[in-house]
Amino acid sequence: MSPQKKGWKEIPLAGVCWVPSTEYKTGDWSAQNPVWNTEKCIRCMLCHIYCPDGAIKYDPETNDMIFDYNFCKGCGICANECPTEAIEMVMEGKE
Amino acid sequence: MAKIEQKTLPLNGDAAVAYAVKQCDVDVVAAYPITPQTIIVEKFSEYVADGEVETAFVCVESEHSAMTCCLTASATGARTFTATASAGLALMHEMLGVTSGCRAPVVMSVVNRALSAPINIHCDHSDSMAARDLGWIQMYAENSQEAYDSIIQAFRIAENPEIMLPTMVGLDGFVLSHTLENVDVLPDEAVKKFVGTRNVPLVMNHRGEMVPFKLDPDNPLTMGPLDLYDYYFEHKRQQEEAMIRAVEVIRQVHDEYAEQSGRSYGNGLVEPYRLDDAEIATVCIGSTAGTVKTIVDALRENGVKAGLLKLRVFRPLPTQNIISALSGKKAVAVMDRACSFGGNGGPLFHEIRHLLYDQPSKPPIVNYIYGLGGRDTPPYLIDSVYRDLQKIAETGQLKEQIQFLGVRE
Repeated sequence: MSPQKKGWKEIPLAGVCWVPSTEYKTGDWSAQNPVWNTEKCIRCMLCHIYCPDGAIKYDPETNDMIFDYNFCKGCGICANECPTEAIEMVMEGKE
Repeated sequence: MAKIEQKTLPLNGDAAVAYAVKQCDVDVVAAYPITPQTIIVEKFSEYVADGEVETAFVCVESEHSAMTCCLTASATGARTFTATASAGLALMHEMLGVTSGCRAPVVMSVVNRALSAPINIHCDHSDSMAARDLGWIQMYAENSQEAYDSIIQAFRIAENPEIMLPTMVGLDGFVLSHTLENVDVLPDEAVKKFVGTRNVPLVMNHRGEMVPFKLDPDNPLTMGPLDLYDYYFEHKRQQEEAMIRAVEVIRQVHDEYAEQSGRSYGNGLVEPYRLDDAEIATVCIGSTAGTVKTIVDALRENGVKAGLLKLRVFRPLPTQNIISALSGKKAVAVMDRACSFGGNGGPLFHEIRHLLYDQPSKPPIVNYIYGLGGRDTPPYLIDSVYRDLQKIAETGQLKEQIQFLGVRE
C-alpha cells in the first residue's frame, strides 16, 4: 500500500519526516477490513464517532458511509459498536 | 602554521575540562553535579556567574534531565555540553540513545567512576563501558592536558555535518579529575577560531524542501518520531555509517589541532609507545597508560622489547590501526578497567581479540582486569604483566587467559 521504501542512503537523518504523515498509509497494518452493508445500516454514525483513526466518513450526497482503507487498521471497533450488524470484519484477501 | 604561544596553568583534570569548555563558545550547559565530576560544574557555573561566558547554564534536577535538556538544546542548533560520572551516566542511559538517535552532537565529559553497589566514588571504566553501544563517540584521556585538548577537538568532531554524533570524553576519576598538573592552554581566540561556529547539515523536510537540520519555528521539522520495522533499521544503519566516517574526521581534527598546539597523541585514534619493534605489548585506556610508559622505558633499558598501544578512541574502534599495531607481536596483554560480568573477559579484550582473530600472525593474547573501584595499579603490577608476557612469548604457552590484577585471593 505504501510507495516503494527508500534505503538508508536516501532518507534524512534522525528520523526527520520527509513527507507529511498523511502520506504514510497505515492501512497496510491491518489484517481484517470492515465491509459495509448499506441495507442494514441506519446511518446512526456510531462507527464514525468510535473510529480511533478517523477512517470512516459519511457522504451526505450519496448517503454512503465511506471506509478509508488507507488508514483503517482493522481494529473492528466499528463492527463491534454497530447496533444493526451492518459492518462485518473480513480477513484481507477474502473480501 | 607555526605553533601558537600558550600559557601554563596549574589545573586538575576537571578544571582543565571546564577551562576548555569556557573557551569553546558553548551556548547551553545543563549539568548535575556528581563526584568526581563536581569541579567541572562548579568551575563552569563560576564562569557563568562572573560573566566570562555567554552560556545559558541550566540547573536540572537529575542527569536524565541534564541529557534531555542538552539533546533538545542541541536540536535547535545550539552548541551544548554536559558532564557526569558513574550513577549519573547510568541515569542518563535512556537519553544517551535518544541523543545519538536524534543525531544531536552533544559533548560530554565522563569522569570515570565505578558503579554501585557497593557505593564507590573512585575510578574505573564501568560507567562509560556500559554505555559503549549507545551511539556515542568515546575518547579517553591519559592526563589532564589530553582531557583539555580532547574536549576542544570533541566539539569539532561531534558537530561535523558529516558526523553529527554525540561525543564523550572520559577522564579517570580522582587520578586525573582531582590531581593538579601543568596544563598548557591555548589563547581564547585560538580555541574560538579552531572550534568555529556550529554548522548544521541540510535535511529534507515534510514538504520535500531542503532546510537546515535544526528545530526552528520558521522551518518546522519533526525529529526522532515513531519509526517501525519499516525504517528504524535504516536509521540505525546511518548511525553506524557516521561512526565509520568519524574515524577519518577524528584523525584530521587531531592533526589540525596538533599543528596549532604542538601536541599530538599518536594519530588521534591510537597512540603507540615504543611499539614498532616491540615483541611484547600491552593495550590500555586512560591514565594507566602513563604508568605503563614508565615501565616500558625501564624494561627497554634492560633490553626487553616492550611496547604499549594506548587507545585514545574506543568508539569508533580504530580497527585498522589496532590490527597493524599488534599483528606479529609475540604476546599481547589487554588491560580492562571494567569487568563484563559473565562475558569471559573485559570489553576491550573482547574487541582487540576479535580484531586479531583473522590475522595470520595473531599473537597470543591475555586479559587483565584491574583497578576496579579505584584499586591502585602501581608500577610493580604493570611490571608483572610484562613478566607474564615474556614467559608467554618464550614458551608460546598461555596458562590463564583472563586474570584479575591486584585483587586479593
